[in-house]
Amino acid sequence: MFGTIRLFLSSRKSWTIPYVIFSAVFVILPLLLIVVYAFMDDAGHFTLGNFAKFFAHPEAINTFVYSIGVAIITTVVCILLGYPAAYILTQTRMKYASAVVVLFILPMWVNILIRTLATVALFDFMNMPLGEGALIFGMVYNFLPFMIYPIYNTLQKLDKSYVEAAQDLGANPVQVFLKAVLPLSMPGIVSGILMVFMPTISTFAIAELLTMNNIKLFGTTIQENINNSMWNYGAALSLIMLFLIGATTLLASDDNDPNEGGGLW
Amino acid sequence: MVKRILCQGYLWLLLLLLYAPIFLIMIYSFTEAKVLGNWTGFSTKLYSSLFVSGTHHSLTNALLNTLSIALIAATASTLLGSVTAIGIFNLRSRARKAISFVNNIPILNGDIIIGISLFLLFVSLGIPQGYITVVLAHITFCTPYVVLSVLPRLKQMNPNIYEAALDLGATPMQALRKVIVPEILPGMISGFMLAVTLSIDDFAVTVFTIGNEGLETLSTYIYADARKGGLTPELRPLSTIIFVLVLVLLVIINRRASKKKEE
Repeated sequence: MFGTIRLFLSSRKSWTIPYVIFSAVFVILPLLLIVVYAFMDDAGHFTLGNFAKFFAHPEAINTFVYSIGVAIITTVVCILLGYPAAYILTQTRMKYASAVVVLFILPMWVNILIRTLATVALFDFMNMPLGEGALIFGMVYNFLPFMIYPIYNTLQKLDKSYVEAAQDLGANPVQVFLKAVLPLSMPGIVSGILMVFMPTISTFAIAELLTMNNIKLFGTTIQENINNSMWNYGAALSLIMLFLIGATTLLASDDNDPNEGGGLW
Repeated sequence: MVKRILCQGYLWLLLLLLYAPIFLIMIYSFTEAKVLGNWTGFSTKLYSSLFVSGTHHSLTNALLNTLSIALIAATASTLLGSVTAIGIFNLRSRARKAISFVNNIPILNGDIIIGISLFLLFVSLGIPQGYITVVLAHITFCTPYVVLSVLPRLKQMNPNIYEAALDLGATPMQALRKVIVPEILPGMISGFMLAVTLSIDDFAVTVFTIGNEGLETLSTYIYADARKGGLTPELRPLSTIIFVLVLVLLVIINRRASKKKEE
């Protein structure tokens, strides 16, 4: 008996078995449950009613479209602010640059809700109204590091000889950037987009705090339904969000391996 | 020269913007006012009342819960993730791809989907929600990151060392303990740190799996607080302390890392 166990342990392939079981129970099964609940009514019968409800409900659709809009704006602002920052960082001395990168990541260790409430306090402090402006500022503030880090990573690994070749071949600085640096840093931009766009869409609580409950994002709609025991409708909304996530990931992962996105450490 | 100053200026302006809210919290942790933004004179009362036992029972409880959940979940996911990474590394490419795909699901899914899907799981299995379900949920979203930080270490490892250990008479277990574990230890440590960070910062998954038996973590405590309209003033010194601790920790880690590089 002991010998069999030993043999089993020594073949290290079997070491994935605990995680396979764990994932089946805590990752796959829960996702299947979302699908099951989404196509079920209160009595447990098959129905498409939950989706019909969503499409018949202009308010829910508006929230959905609005959330996508907010996420797109947030992502674009993050790229516009984050790309130059990442680019400048790669141009500076290595030791100094890595310290500054840490400074960009550091605010993430303050609880996201406290950071958000501090943003609210900042707007109050400067007598600026809370609303869409605060919402975008807060979102950019929360997710900007997730854009800077992957772009910085790819720019740093970028093969300098391409840039030099472009220069030797007579490209001016703008052309060098547009034709060599930018295309080569696309993988970083893509993983930055994934890391900013999706969290922005699925956040809840943050939007309410930033706008004094005036603006609601899709994540909040889902949470409210689950909290009010409308599990089936909530599951249907989650499934819609899941489709959006899947579509974004597929679009992005064409030329990008999520394994190489790089952790924060 | 002008260009350099402009570039550096841009970086520091961006950093200033990022840190402005945090500085605001830090500054106002030294005054007694209930509302952030009112200055009623310098005072360290919030700091002292944070440490007086009994007065802020629920806040310290929430903090302790957050820390213990983070440590348990991070330890469990570091063990599970490291074992899994070794397993994945020894698999054929097709099985390896399949497991890596499943491993990526929680990373890409977004907090709210993980939270709701686990909520539905616990509800349909009739498992009462509380401390254990939160820990399980945190292990679920932390383990993939541990796997991803250990795997590169295994790929960089020279496979001959392990074979050499076996040839020299080590049992597979000894070879594992003396050869593989030291090689992947840095990956395990960074995976553990990442897991602790993710767990402490998490709000969305926790809120769906914590149930309503009165258990609170820091995130759910703050959320409940914010919904009631105001933030408990003691959260200001608490955030300041956490921030400074992390800053010191990071400086130490960075120092050590750069020293190692120089060697």
